[in-house]
Amino acid sequence: EELGWLAARLSAAWLAMVLALIVLPSALGVSLGISEAYMWVLVKTLEWATKRIEKGVKKPQPEVLKIPAANGIIERDETPMEKEIAGLHRMEFQFSDIFYFCRKGFEAIVEDEVTQRFSSEELVSWNLLTRTNVNFHYISLRLTVVWVIGVIVRYCFLLPLRFTLAAIGITSMIVGTTLVGQLPNSSVKNYLSEVVHLTCSRILVRALSGTIHYHNRENKPQKGGICVANHTSPIDAIILTNDGCYAMVGQVHGGLMGVIQRATVKACPHVWFERSEIKDRHLVTKRLREHVADKSKLPILIFPEGTCINNTSVMMFKKGSFEIGGTIYPVAIKYDPQFGDAFWNSSKYNIVSYLLRIMTSWAIVCNVWYMPPMVRKEGEDAVQFANRVRSAIAHQGGLTELPWDGGLKRAKVKDSFKEEQQKNYSKMLVRNGSVG
Amino acid sequence: RPSVSHSQITRLYSRFTSLDKGENGTLSREDFQRIPELAINPLGDRIINAFFPEGEDQVNFRGFMRTLAHFRPIEDNEKSKDQNGPEPLNSRSNKLHFAFRLYDLDKDDKISRDELLQVLRMMVGVNISDEQLGSIADRTIQEADQDGDSAISFAEFVKVLEKVDVEQKMSIRFLH
Repeated sequence: EELGWLAARLSAAWLAMVLALIVLPSALGVSLGISEAYMWVLVKTLEWATKRIEKGVKKPQPEVLKIPAANGIIERDETPMEKEIAGLHRMEFQFSDIFYFCRKGFEAIVEDEVTQRFSSEELVSWNLLTRTNVNFHYISLRLTVVWVIGVIVRYCFLLPLRFTLAAIGITSMIVGTTLVGQLPNSSVKNYLSEVVHLTCSRILVRALSGTIHYHNRENKPQKGGICVANHTSPIDAIILTNDGCYAMVGQVHGGLMGVIQRATVKACPHVWFERSEIKDRHLVTKRLREHVADKSKLPILIFPEGTCINNTSVMMFKKGSFEIGGTIYPVAIKYDPQFGDAFWNSSKYNIVSYLLRIMTSWAIVCNVWYMPPMVRKEGEDAVQFANRVRSAIAHQGGLTELPWDGGLKRAKVKDSFKEEQQKNYSKMLVRNGSVG
Repeated sequence: RPSVSHSQITRLYSRFTSLDKGENGTLSREDFQRIPELAINPLGDRIINAFFPEGEDQVNFRGFMRTLAHFRPIEDNEKSKDQNGPEPLNSRSNKLHFAFRLYDLDKDDKISRDELLQVLRMMVGVNISDEQLGSIADRTIQEADQDGDSAISFAEFVKVLEKVDVEQKMSIRFLH
């Protein structure tokens, strides 16, 4: 029992340290500089590692390290169909007309714009995590040693710490919001609810070793507004609630998530939909409209892409969020993949393995840009408005824009796109009287 | 000197594995159809078929590369020293042969009126009537048919396309 007593003493000391150094500062909103110190060491180590890799590879094969252009591996010919096929003077059917479709097809097979967005971004240089080790070979003993130390640090020290923090954060959230929820509606209740939400978010961000840089805070979403952002991961919400309070929108889940949802909605008017309700678009729009109309309510947070994309581009924004009315506050979130990959590839990993990967990464580093509010212009429909907002977000975050639907991660593409191409080609054939 | 660079092979292998959702080292037709830009290509199904040998439903990496090789730029061949070997897959003649096979579904070395109509129908969808399409097919065959058998042989196919820059239209260039 000596051992048991010792273990108990150690755990108590450990917990006390965590509480004092991390939880308390979170509640008070101050920083002790521990994360900053950790990040500094991390950055130095990764810079050293990069230099070693470059040095090590220069000697044998210079070609191996040639990094492909970030924008693609093949030359894409963007000549439109009309020009390419029409080419020569005769605008009638020719056997060579199929060459255009052929080449487009093969280009898409070698590299397409869409499917690459559903898997993690490739790194320019290795960041000492096995999972990102795609094309990098053994370089030197020193590098391997550092990697081993990295593994030990991440799995034996960081992971338990982060897990403890996450547990504390989630428990406090549930307990805190349930307690606050008991109070009658008043400004005191709202204030306390904000404190609880902010504190727990801060704890959870520390649980991920998150370093977030917020830009243009003067544009922070106001009450009665709608905050839209690009979606990369479930932790996007935490990244934003770390700096402000929002009313979440989403589907009711079971399990732990459901417990959190039920607890938090008592303290703060989050908008949770039952699965059956979410199919009814009019119902959803109506409820959100009512929420937004109440100027005393917190801004709602929506991710119009509807699914997680790998943070290199912004895909189609579903128009539903833009039909509600009100002021849109766009926010761009860009993660730095060097320290840890935040993208949730939901077809490859379930939420638990995803969280495990996050918690064994070095850190989550991201930039958040608050952008000036936008409203729908006269004569602009929801789709055009959605595209305008999307462009702004993509531009700010340095992401590319794609007109494709994020739903293509799982669903098949609509036939109407193929039909459009067929229509365009037909116009070329018939227009120039090649009939008969 | 290898005609396809090491890094290009690595990239293509990486692409192959990312398409291989079943993770069994081969691609099925469904794996190709998951590429949205290919799924909306009017000739998508024919192109996908080109990867699968007769009667097979799976293609391995070697087969994948073989089919892709048809689209390598012709100038790559100048660098290859092997002048006496078999004709490379991306020669002008083989590129034309590849295109010919997209039309010639029954592989009898002739493009019949029906086969031409099938490809035309794929490319125009529902936008042109049967009669109009038939006229287009008839005119096309008439102009190219030299031996009067109302079908297009490979030689006639080559003759019709002799002025077309096949090399440019049927090539894909890597950026490095």
